[in-house]
Amino acid sequence: MSLPPGGGTSALQFPLENTLELSYFAFMPLPSRLAAATKSAGPVGTIFDLKQYAIHDGPGIRTTVFFKGCPLDCAWCHNPESRLGGPEPVHPGRDERPRTLGCTVTVDSIIEQIRRDEIFYDQSGGGVTFSGGEPLLQPAFLAALLRHCRLLGIHTAVDTCGYAPWESVEPIVALTDLWLYDLKPIDDAAHRRYTGVSNELVHANLRRLHESGAEVMIRLPLIPGITDTDDNLEAVAALLQTMPRFKLIALLPYNKLGVDKARRYHLNRPEHDWSPQSDRALAAVSLRLTSHGFSVRIGG
Amino acid sequence: MNTRVCTLRQQSLEATPRISLERARLLTEFYRTGQADRVSIPEARAMALHHIMARKAICINPGELIVGERGPAPKATPTYPEICTHTPADFDVLDTREKVWFRVGDEERQIQRDTVIPFWSGRSLRDRLFAEMSSGWIDAYEAGVFTEFQEQRAPGHTVLDDKIYRKGLRDFQHDIASAIAALDFHRDPEALHKREELRAMSIACEAVITLAQRHAAYLTELAQSESDPDRRAELQRMAAICTHVPAHAPRTFREALQCYWFVHLGVITELNTWDSFNPGRLDQHLLPFYRRDLADGTLTEEEARELLQCFWVKFNNQPAPPKVGVTAQESATYTDFCLINLGGVTPTGEDASNELTYLILDVIEEMRLLQPSSMVQISKKNPDRMIRRALDIIKTGYGQPSLFNTDAIIQELIRQGKSVVDARCGGASGCVETGAFGKEAYILTGYFNLPKVLEITLHDGVDPRTGKRIGCASGDTGSFASFDELFAAFEKQLHHFIDIKIEGNCIIERLWAEHLPAPFLSVLVDDCIANGRDYNDGGARYNSSYIQGVGIGSLTDSFAALKYHVFDKAHISMPDFLAILRDNFDRHDGFRADLFDATPKYGNDDDYADDIARRIFEAYFAAIDGRPNTRGGHFRINLLPTTCHVYFGSVIGALPDGRRASKPLSEGISPVQGADRLGPTAVLKSAAKLDHIRTGGTLLNQKFTPQLLSDQAGIDNLIHLIRAYFRMDGHHIQFNVVSADTLREAQAHPEEYRSLIVRVAGYSDYFVDLGTELQDEIIARTEQHF
Repeated sequence: MSLPPGGGTSALQFPLENTLELSYFAFMPLPSRLAAATKSAGPVGTIFDLKQYAIHDGPGIRTTVFFKGCPLDCAWCHNPESRLGGPEPVHPGRDERPRTLGCTVTVDSIIEQIRRDEIFYDQSGGGVTFSGGEPLLQPAFLAALLRHCRLLGIHTAVDTCGYAPWESVEPIVALTDLWLYDLKPIDDAAHRRYTGVSNELVHANLRRLHESGAEVMIRLPLIPGITDTDDNLEAVAALLQTMPRFKLIALLPYNKLGVDKARRYHLNRPEHDWSPQSDRALAAVSLRLTSHGFSVRIGG
Repeated sequence: MNTRVCTLRQQSLEATPRISLERARLLTEFYRTGQADRVSIPEARAMALHHIMARKAICINPGELIVGERGPAPKATPTYPEICTHTPADFDVLDTREKVWFRVGDEERQIQRDTVIPFWSGRSLRDRLFAEMSSGWIDAYEAGVFTEFQEQRAPGHTVLDDKIYRKGLRDFQHDIASAIAALDFHRDPEALHKREELRAMSIACEAVITLAQRHAAYLTELAQSESDPDRRAELQRMAAICTHVPAHAPRTFREALQCYWFVHLGVITELNTWDSFNPGRLDQHLLPFYRRDLADGTLTEEEARELLQCFWVKFNNQPAPPKVGVTAQESATYTDFCLINLGGVTPTGEDASNELTYLILDVIEEMRLLQPSSMVQISKKNPDRMIRRALDIIKTGYGQPSLFNTDAIIQELIRQGKSVVDARCGGASGCVETGAFGKEAYILTGYFNLPKVLEITLHDGVDPRTGKRIGCASGDTGSFASFDELFAAFEKQLHHFIDIKIEGNCIIERLWAEHLPAPFLSVLVDDCIANGRDYNDGGARYNSSYIQGVGIGSLTDSFAALKYHVFDKAHISMPDFLAILRDNFDRHDGFRADLFDATPKYGNDDDYADDIARRIFEAYFAAIDGRPNTRGGHFRINLLPTTCHVYFGSVIGALPDGRRASKPLSEGISPVQGADRLGPTAVLKSAAKLDHIRTGGTLLNQKFTPQLLSDQAGIDNLIHLIRAYFRMDGHHIQFNVVSADTLREAQAHPEEYRSLIVRVAGYSDYFVDLGTELQDEIIARTEQHF
């Protein structure tokens, strides 16, 4: 290619498709890098991100794989780009390159990426976390990834909202080392209002996991006035007291990342006027749950 | 800290760095007596030191417990006209420059003009050095291909072991006398030279003992006129200590500190060694004294803390000697790089951390002084507790202590031929430089501008900045059919300039050995006495010469861009690419954006780029490692920049990685600012692909916001991160906890801060990706942390 005549901005911009074929792509957008190895056989899935040095999604240093697509529509969702299943074009703003949220990837390409940080998992007792979106929405892909990790001896965690038919959950149970299980409002009317679905299935699945002997860490997204209320916290405690093996609760303080991302990706979502809890408020929540005999930590 | 330490610390912080001509005046006075003409050069040097030590002003600051200043007052900084004779213009620059200034008084200017310049001009080592260099060397030096450490500063760069805590200078004089007695004039043609050198060492010991005794006398005088009985008792005790050390081996913790300090003053007055002298493994050396004194009830932990704090102030009172010209640019700092080593392993290879390690870490945290610098040696045998304590201090944003891998350091030293025990007793000094403490003369000879060599390669031997041909003919890059041809051309230029640098170094080593020996430093480094040879002339047990590579990140990314866009993808021809570089990317913003966003970069655990980094490393290593120096040792490589990446960047035009002309290069082995996009694990993986074990030190900086270290999980995972990097044989890592100001900078210039990760309430993300509102929130929270 030679230089275009005349001035102006250089026309030397490569079509983005050209660059996507490369497997070594270490630059943005990250998921495109993984799209590289789609040629190999096996189940494929859609993810929207993969983060290394994730330290809030289970024990140790982890790689978190974010599945795209979620059955819930939480008003406070901090990954709004995960909502829809399948790759999703972003309407570019001014001076922005066109981009796509999410990409289709193979098990092998994800495993290759996961293995890069094995030394850090070994050192820290870390591993890989499958999050989203909702990983249980892509059960075959998830199972293949978990099976592969088990063969490699890599610790696995599945971060779920719990809203999936038990038939999707069951095959995953034996393959997963740790569940990070989100509980949203315990009151079903509130749950429907803020997430769009009933929590009946969520609670039933949690009970089945309790019976199955699975390791579970409960995660409570703290939404001001909705899930951090005394009533809801008492309801959480009451629910979990019926599942006495589950003693670990992680509090996820509210953050405005969802609002920020919605703007970043030009997603049309209603904005709420919530603000993050103060340290004092967090301590009070923590104390209340601790008094019920739970082991509570702040942050994933 | 108590009132005494608080006052001393404040005095040190507020002291004005100024030029003192006391040393220059006394030195000149001595050489003008003609005595120097009647004795050998080493003896003359030692007599000059004695002349200075016997006459310099004694400064005892109110309340201090450890005494001795290099100049007549704190931060009154001497000059070394026998090395570099400052011109009146140099003094103007020192006095008025914005950073790292030294006030110069009228009296000093007058002494310099009337006394110092007339005597030393044309005789200084600097004058001799430049006169001896070839035109090829001068061209490369002026073009900024390399710098030269010894043009204003003496070879030094050594660290003390435990010998002065076991032997006094009188004992060393005894060893010297035995060595003289053992000289064999029948069979050893160098016997006379050895006798001269050994006699010089003995005179130098006398000089430092004299300095201590003058302190003792003055302290006694002060005690007599002191009205406060407590202070009077202190002064009397200090006088007794100065009578005993360093003539004799110290008996107590307090004597050990005072003993070291006199020895330190001896070394830094004899010559302006680069880097400054340094006590090294302080928590090892002082431990026997500490335990004994505590056990027999003559010292409490609090007293030890106070003494260490007073000791810390002494370092901070001695700024690095004034630097001018290129030397000032490559090391623009008051820091003289006295790097205190903590932790590590014992001579028998066991965990060396002890109660004093933690006490000294407390002192570092409380004092928060620029000097001395501090580091923690981390071996697989040291407990996590030690790293945790270090991180406690690092997270306050102080930038100290830095973290080193003892197991890598030991392997590096053993590869170079040191014994296992000597290696275990070693550590790092200066920024990150590996050495066998007390036994090695490891001389840093200058920085080497790796990306500049690529620029010259791209122009077939011509420096495009001046149009001057300074390299060899390596071929028209437009005619190269493959990346391998381009790389071969680069290697050819690399060898060309390394040959020039090494030829210069070998001459410069001889100039120092012959004209400016260091008899006092020689007493302190094994086996100079046994060999009857000077430190500057290969007297030490081990003798290494380093050339410090700069800009491997920038060079890797530049090569990766050329390989990818010109050769692999044929997006653009070489001449067109060079034309864009000549235009400094003006009107090529789109192409430049592709260079940032659609080109492989070092720091992302991406073998496309990292293989190039490996290849550059191997080429640099092959060009230098193992070549003989003139001191019986070898040239070695290390990868660190101090502030030279800024100077080296200023002499390079636009680079193929998207960097615009004159901007700083990447520093150490860190990725180019903003090029690493996948977080710290990927950076560490990339950095570990270089073979640290075959270097004498590498430098890696990582930025963190305080929130990432605010909770236990954050700290724990950082410990794991460090351990994993060290398992991969990484040499050094430094965590810079960023301030709110840095985040504001990142808000304004996101392109330079793309790799900065911040924690957003239980979640981490790239700062520059966040919206302004969220960024502001994080800035506000960061501000609270300081």
